[in-house]
Amino acid sequence: MTLLTVSNLTKRYRRGGKAVAAVDDVSFHIDPGETLALAGPSGSGKSTIARLVMRLIEPDAGGVEFEGDDFLALRGAALRARRARLQMVFQDPLAAFNPRATVARVLDDPLRIHGIASRTERPHRIATLLERVGLTAGLAPRAIHEISGGQRQRVAIARAIATKPSLIVLDEAVSALDVSVRGQILELLLDLQRQEQIAYLFISHDLGVVRAVAHRVILLDAGRIAESGDARAVIDAPRSAIGKALVAAAPRLHTKRDAG
Amino acid sequence: MSMLAAIRGLSVTYRRDGSEVAAVRGISLDVVAGERLAIIGESGSGKSTLALAIAGLLPASARVEGSIAWSWPSSDAQAPPSVLPDISPARGEVALTYPLSPVNNAAEDRPTAKLPISPLAGEMSGRTERGVTERRPSAIGEAEPPLLGRDIGYVFQDPSSSLDPVMTVGKQIAEVARTHLGLSWPQAFAKASILLERVRLTDPASVLHAFPHQLSGGQKQRVAIAAAIAAGPKLLIADEATSALDTIVQAEIVTLIRQLVAEDGMTLLFISHDIALAAELAERIAVFRHGQLVELGVTAQIVDAPTQAYTRTLLDAHIGLDAASLLNRAGLHA
Repeated sequence: MTLLTVSNLTKRYRRGGKAVAAVDDVSFHIDPGETLALAGPSGSGKSTIARLVMRLIEPDAGGVEFEGDDFLALRGAALRARRARLQMVFQDPLAAFNPRATVARVLDDPLRIHGIASRTERPHRIATLLERVGLTAGLAPRAIHEISGGQRQRVAIARAIATKPSLIVLDEAVSALDVSVRGQILELLLDLQRQEQIAYLFISHDLGVVRAVAHRVILLDAGRIAESGDARAVIDAPRSAIGKALVAAAPRLHTKRDAG
Repeated sequence: MSMLAAIRGLSVTYRRDGSEVAAVRGISLDVVAGERLAIIGESGSGKSTLALAIAGLLPASARVEGSIAWSWPSSDAQAPPSVLPDISPARGEVALTYPLSPVNNAAEDRPTAKLPISPLAGEMSGRTERGVTERRPSAIGEAEPPLLGRDIGYVFQDPSSSLDPVMTVGKQIAEVARTHLGLSWPQAFAKASILLERVRLTDPASVLHAFPHQLSGGQKQRVAIAAAIAAGPKLLIADEATSALDTIVQAEIVTLIRQLVAEDGMTLLFISHDIALAAELAERIAVFRHGQLVELGVTAQIVDAPTQAYTRTLLDAHIGLDAASLLNRAGLHA
């Protein structure tokens, strides 16, 4: 069964009196437990698609079907309930959270709002969530601004999985991390995917990372799908102009092994 | 190989929440004139603090120890070597050491400067020099320490915050040329127009009259580079200058920096968190961690035969287009 189906999605913005299509007739699907990457240059529509799928903004045309329902038609309590199954992790968790909130508070909110655990159960749930993402329960009373960037992104992932989602939108979620931390976070995401069959809509400008973690990729150019397919097949031999440009621009470590 | 800057025992300490944090600890490093040197490291490695210290841009509250000795390859202040006491015979050039506040120092010690002093000098005159080990050669009156904007061009990560949002692009570039080259406004605007062509902006005539918000991120960074090189600096510092840009624009900006540095014979200090990007551009790479210099070597040695485990860690953490899939490792079907 398909988890998410996006059909002919279109979003236009007005700029200087002219309508500019940020997302232009985009269709794709994601299966349970699958990672679909959206890659493309700045302004190609990656983040707009993420926001449309999350219903943070409304499309001008097109449909989003999630877990068998017309996601765009859901209202009120039904929408709130379904939102628990669709979570998002942003590039900068410091901007996504109240910096003065504690780690415990950040994780308590979704558990409370979605009625997942009672007040007495929640401290235990929070400790379990922290351990799931490789943090110690002792971190719970710390403020968001006090912990490191890598720890913060782990908290963001813990918050996302708190509501047992089937799909997490990762919008450049590892782009701002130090490389040594980035690898650990990617491993964590893949562990969670393996254990809980979570699907990811993985938005990134980094084709190396996309190739390493995504099953399929969609390359976007000016709001349209330029190319799509198996992530490694597409990136190893791009056919579209934007695919070739993205691959050519990716920094490479030229080692002696490559030369000889 | 002549030296542009000899950094010795440089430490920078910030005061934060009542406690002192050493951002850079005991760095000794030579910057060779005309080289492309990359400073790489993760967050908190001290790479940007080093760049700010070299440029004289540290906040007044920073405590600085150590010295930077400069040797400008050619200068209008250059005197015959024989009459100057502080000569490095090996290099045959004027060497001068000055406290790590070049802008402030310039304002105090160059009353006879031939060029107008940057408005920056006034703004930064409150800069502290506490803790600085001073070793002032007597020649300092004749030879000028480097001046940010004129001798050192600095390109920051975010052009949206480094450019003035309410001043046209042309005026911002012209201002640099006027301040440091003593040009009239019409001359400075003509220079700005040429610079916009040099940074390969399409339609430079209209960009000249544009405001930063009317430009894309890549175009803004080209403008910031044009302003940085407007006075013909000997040293260009690019501090994560491509990190906020997408991969395609990043590659274009790196190509541009490489071209400009070669055309103008500038020395490049390329500050980056990306070892692969640094390796594509730099001739030498200095690896920083926790405020210390871990390893310094020519690019091929750093990439192919790093001597330090941390450098190896950074190389291994790079996920290139040829990296093994992480899906298999995680037991997922690729």
